[in-house]
Amino acid sequence: MIRFEQVSVTYEGAAAPALRDVDLTVPEGELCLLVGPSGVGKSTLLGAVSGLVPHFTGGTLRGRVTVAGRDTRTHRPRELADVVGTVGQDPLAHFVTDTVEDELAYGMESLGLPADTMRRRVEETLDLLGLAELRDRPIATLSGGQQQRVAIGSVLTAHPRVLVLDEPTSALDPAAAEEVLAVLQRLVHDLGTTVLLAEHRLERVVQYADQVVLLPGRGEAPVVGAPAAVMAHSPVHPPVVALGRLAGWSPLPLSVRDARRAAAPLRERLADVRPPAVAAPVETAAPVRPPRGLLRRARRAPEGPAPAAALTDVSVRHGHVDALREVSLTVRPGETVALMGRNGAGKSTLLRTLVGLHEPARGTVRTGGAAPHRTGPRELLRHVGLVPQDPRDLLYADTVAAECAAADTDASASPGTCRALVSSLLPDVPDTAHPRDLSEGQRLALALAVVLTARPPLLLLDEPTRGLDYAAKARLVEVLRGLAAEGHAIVLATHDVELAAELAHRVVVLAEGEVVADGPTPDVVVSSPAFAPQVAKILSPLPWLTVPQVREALS
Amino acid sequence: MTGALHAGAWWVWALGLATAASRTTNPLLLALIVAVAGYVVAVRHTAGAGARPYAAFLKLGLAVLAIRLVFAVLLGSPVPGTHTLLTLPEVPLPHWAQGVRIGGRVTAEGVVFALYDALRLAALLACVGAANALAAPARLLKSLPGALYEAGVAVVVALTFAPNLVADVRRVRAARRLRGRPGRGFRGLLQVGLPVLEGALERSVALAAAMDARGYGRTAEVPPAVRRTTSALTLGGLLGVCAGTYGLLAGQGAGYGAPLLAAGLLAALGGLRLGGRRSVRTRYRPDRWDARAWLVSGSGAAAAALTVWAGAYAPGALHPPAVPLTAPELPLWPAASVLLGLAPALPWTAGRAPAPAVPGQRNAPLSSSRRSRTP
Repeated sequence: MIRFEQVSVTYEGAAAPALRDVDLTVPEGELCLLVGPSGVGKSTLLGAVSGLVPHFTGGTLRGRVTVAGRDTRTHRPRELADVVGTVGQDPLAHFVTDTVEDELAYGMESLGLPADTMRRRVEETLDLLGLAELRDRPIATLSGGQQQRVAIGSVLTAHPRVLVLDEPTSALDPAAAEEVLAVLQRLVHDLGTTVLLAEHRLERVVQYADQVVLLPGRGEAPVVGAPAAVMAHSPVHPPVVALGRLAGWSPLPLSVRDARRAAAPLRERLADVRPPAVAAPVETAAPVRPPRGLLRRARRAPEGPAPAAALTDVSVRHGHVDALREVSLTVRPGETVALMGRNGAGKSTLLRTLVGLHEPARGTVRTGGAAPHRTGPRELLRHVGLVPQDPRDLLYADTVAAECAAADTDASASPGTCRALVSSLLPDVPDTAHPRDLSEGQRLALALAVVLTARPPLLLLDEPTRGLDYAAKARLVEVLRGLAAEGHAIVLATHDVELAAELAHRVVVLAEGEVVADGPTPDVVVSSPAFAPQVAKILSPLPWLTVPQVREALS
Repeated sequence: MTGALHAGAWWVWALGLATAASRTTNPLLLALIVAVAGYVVAVRHTAGAGARPYAAFLKLGLAVLAIRLVFAVLLGSPVPGTHTLLTLPEVPLPHWAQGVRIGGRVTAEGVVFALYDALRLAALLACVGAANALAAPARLLKSLPGALYEAGVAVVVALTFAPNLVADVRRVRAARRLRGRPGRGFRGLLQVGLPVLEGALERSVALAAAMDARGYGRTAEVPPAVRRTTSALTLGGLLGVCAGTYGLLAGQGAGYGAPLLAAGLLAALGGLRLGGRRSVRTRYRPDRWDARAWLVSGSGAAAAALTVWAGAYAPGALHPPAVPLTAPELPLWPAASVLLGLAPALPWTAGRAPAPAVPGQRNAPLSSSRRSRTP
């Protein structure tokens, strides 16, 4: 269905080709997973299938790409629209109309399908993707998972024989990701659609793949094969594979189910071992719930070091919607707290309240003893720093060096502080590069360094691993552990259960603006079907969370 | 039957009411027009996508009213008047600024005249707001001829650029606070300008790529003869329209103006129709111009035509004089013709099967606010 013959792509002004001599065949009706570290040309390869590379992006494509027998050299993307459906990383950038039903019909209208066919297919697609309830809703009001399903639906209605998806689950909470993957499964199994998708969060997708294409490095030839065979040697792999390799299971399990079957002996061996703590141990971090009633105001701060952040019965309203309801939370120095919960549960609002971007309707917020929404920005910088979901929001200058100099001035730090931080976080960030041209990992490192320049005792991160590959994630984990050991309190909002398991001392689960669970990480995640990391699922009921823990115990 | 009325019908209706409003300064008639438009919006407004809030236009109308009155009070009014309300201190101006006055005597006549004038503008805004609330401009796209569709999409996408930009500016300015810089002030705005524009540009490029990949701009092969005829008809038609309009406005050429305009319009329409052949697009559930659409648009057109006619038979009633001050009266027949604009509020025009999923959207904010009341 998709054929790459000796394909090389070189972008204009680039010294080396983004793809070199790729030979690849994806047969009809397969779910093919494209994996590899960031910056190896995954998006370029996907773009070449839909014809956007090179027709839209520019650059030179050598060799030949054919999709359903059509050569992309002679067919522009719009002429491939009836065989290839493409969904990019950001579904919002994909929508042309503003309601669900119109969006589903848009592609068919462009192809000139007859009205009765369109009507039938829209109804079918609404049912297939479970969108029937939402048909008249404005797209802007949908949740992330719903938007992703609408984006997939909008290309499905044209009945493409090939579906190309770039990181379809990265922005989604675990449940929404499952929803989207279930849909893809159904397309492949029931309709014979060929699906090619790139994804960093392999733990979510690898068990569904029929074939894995691994791009090991920039300009290197791809490794193509059955998932288990490729994963056995892949530099990027999910925890289940890491555990399988560690325990020497053969065949290598790719799903939690297969791994559990193989894991009985391992569970026995580990039954009597106490798992080492995830990170530096801290004293019990039970939440301090204020006593209700009249005494509440007279309550003294808890004994021990002053908390880095304290929320007491905080409610925040956005218009008519309660974003947070009576949330109480205390974060101590040196503690790492993971905020979890589905899209729109109030995680970002909580972080933004801690930096004073939202004023609480009720309750009190204290960061380092000050009320953040009443503190001037210059003063606040010394108490708390937030790395927003899109680090680009934080970066204004046109070179990395200028950005660092500005950060030093903002924080009245000695010149060079920020640049030194960048280098310690990630060694090879070039001084002259434009912040927007950096890779996701580099940009995150820069934003983190900018925030850390003022040395805030409380560090907040919103979805820090979006778009990061496993290597960048591992570096981030190391950096954050180091910061926690130095006494920084860290709060991170994340959908990434593996990150939370590796990093957090405590997990707080939010739902509809309320705290529904708050406790030490093992206690909260092991029992939860949605938030348990793979290792916990495999070794349950034992309280093991990460592969490094198991490795340490076995050695 | 979907219950959605043709978007064009709503706009014809609203523009009819607006025409009626533009023909009178009688505050009672104007209030009646606003009431008619408001009532129809209240009855027929569905919370469908793209429906902009009607209240925003009403607020804009009130702002226009307030600004006009403030100017009338501060700068005086050309209307001669005898009833002095108050006398403001007058700013002495040099002789070359003769004719301009700041402060001075404020007469009741001047204020009333300004009020009537501003009311007319506010009523116009209310009518446009009603059309906007009942049928988003984007819905008109569905009824655009095929040849113009792609240009129409470009316009709509460009229109969504502005609100997105505003949202971006807010977000990035909020993020400035995280850098320890005050978020307000003009310098702050300048500094966020570039990143915001870069972001907006990136998004536009991503949208363009997505649209291209979804088949935007696919064309069908047409014979060269058809292509040439299309160009000739369109160009010639537009020239005819220009010349005809000039003839009509110039006054001397009234004889040839109207036929030339008509011929130009016909030729241009023919060109558009032929041009549509190049487009392979089809329409998903297009709005149908049915009996209800005739009724709705007809009621607006009738209100407009009858009010224009009333201008001929009862000019005094439509333009109550500000000098001397008299209490305006509600003229019976013009009022009745404005009331024709209520026809769209009839239950029959609501259609047999209203769009089903609308309650889902209405319920969302309702249920959440209900939840919020229970602590």
